[in-house]
Amino acid sequence: MREIQAGDVTNAVARLFEHSCHYLPPDVIIALKQAREKEKSPVCRDVLGRILENVEIAGKEQIPLCQDTGAAVVMLELGQEVHITSGDLYTAVNEGVRQGYDKGYLRKSIVSQPCFARVNTKDNTPAMIHTDIVPGDRLKISILPKGGGSENCSRLIVLTPAEGRQGIVDFVVDFVDEVGSNPCPPVIIGVGIGGTTDKAMFIAKKALLRKVGEPSPAPEVADLEREILGRVNNLGIGAMGYGGTVTALAVHVETFPCHITSMPVAVNMQCWCARREEAIL
Amino acid sequence: MSKKVMLPLTDEVLKDLKTGDNLSLTGVIYAARDAAHKRIVEALDQGKPLPFDIKGATIYYMGSTPARPGRIVGSAGPTTSGRMDAYAPRLIAAGLKGMIGKGSRSKVVKDAIVKHKAVYLGAIGGAGAIVSKSIKKAEVIAYEDLGAEALCRLEVEDFPVTVINDIYGGDLYEEGKAKYQGKAS
Repeated sequence: MREIQAGDVTNAVARLFEHSCHYLPPDVIIALKQAREKEKSPVCRDVLGRILENVEIAGKEQIPLCQDTGAAVVMLELGQEVHITSGDLYTAVNEGVRQGYDKGYLRKSIVSQPCFARVNTKDNTPAMIHTDIVPGDRLKISILPKGGGSENCSRLIVLTPAEGRQGIVDFVVDFVDEVGSNPCPPVIIGVGIGGTTDKAMFIAKKALLRKVGEPSPAPEVADLEREILGRVNNLGIGAMGYGGTVTALAVHVETFPCHITSMPVAVNMQCWCARREEAIL
Repeated sequence: MSKKVMLPLTDEVLKDLKTGDNLSLTGVIYAARDAAHKRIVEALDQGKPLPFDIKGATIYYMGSTPARPGRIVGSAGPTTSGRMDAYAPRLIAAGLKGMIGKGSRSKVVKDAIVKHKAVYLGAIGGAGAIVSKSIKKAEVIAYEDLGAEALCRLEVEDFPVTVINDIYGGDLYEEGKAKYQGKAS
């Protein structure tokens, strides 16, 4: 057994959220620059230019990239040889969120009850925590400060197996068309296919952890990603929906085995401000 | 090139604003989101006075991050306007002239914009650091208990926005999309 102090988990989570709300991952910045090169609309090229300027100001002046610093999504890969000491794991994660959002001057956007009182918890907890138990003696912490604008653009459908590949492409493209300017394009489109419905939505979100534009290792899935991306960029939505040829930076598809009767398809959208970080303890 | 516009907006100024125009706004705007809108409409329904003069006013759909010590405001980009569609027509009828946000509006809101002469302006979603540089003064004027959703009075200078819906029924989202549909490859 390897021991990891709960306090170290708290410190890591706090640091990840504070940092990620001020700095985009390098692959996202590269994708935004490539989008500016490729974009055919001068209006959207200008929008992308201002987006890149915003990225610079945020880091230099320590102003969060976006005022929506999100719900705190935390994905843990916990090695089965790890023993968390001096506290429990989820309390440590939530304490990290509390500290990171406080010290980083990040917005607290969580209400305690979804449909009645809607009282702000004032510390952005609870985090949305998912844990996978994996072999080994490490703890990998991946975080996504997930903004509401793009998160609200999520959808799940259970297609019949007969609807097949074409059914998936049409569903995703029609959905991106429907939400248009709302998720702050150019977006990254997370797609989960298979599993049960809960699993489909989870892998759609997990797909957003992948480096932008890194294709699926499975050739048939990578091919599907390319086709959806091509069709989405032909919708004409463009950056912020002002009309252009880059509506999505990437499409990331994850798949999972499923029941003989089903083919669940989930979409989880990520805005261009694709904040994401990880740490390994 | 962007047109310089002084607030508050008047019908005279609105006549010259067309879908797709880039504007640079200077003057007073009010930041309000979902929960503040709910209270504004409740006050209108009960005939109670509003915490600000809505005639000619411009509302920014925004809830900023907290300001660091010594700063005026934190990150201050727009939120999704569609969530305010349920309240907006009531405010427009009461005299609201400008709305700043991101994302498309419902037909009811677009009709109210044409009928009562108002304008919907887009700011760049996610670009909250840039916008914060245009805000010269910020104070909470009501609904402080709402935290990030409190009603704020902001003084802005050269706040960059784009006209989405004008008084003539124009819609940048529809026009822009039609222009670039099928043009990626």
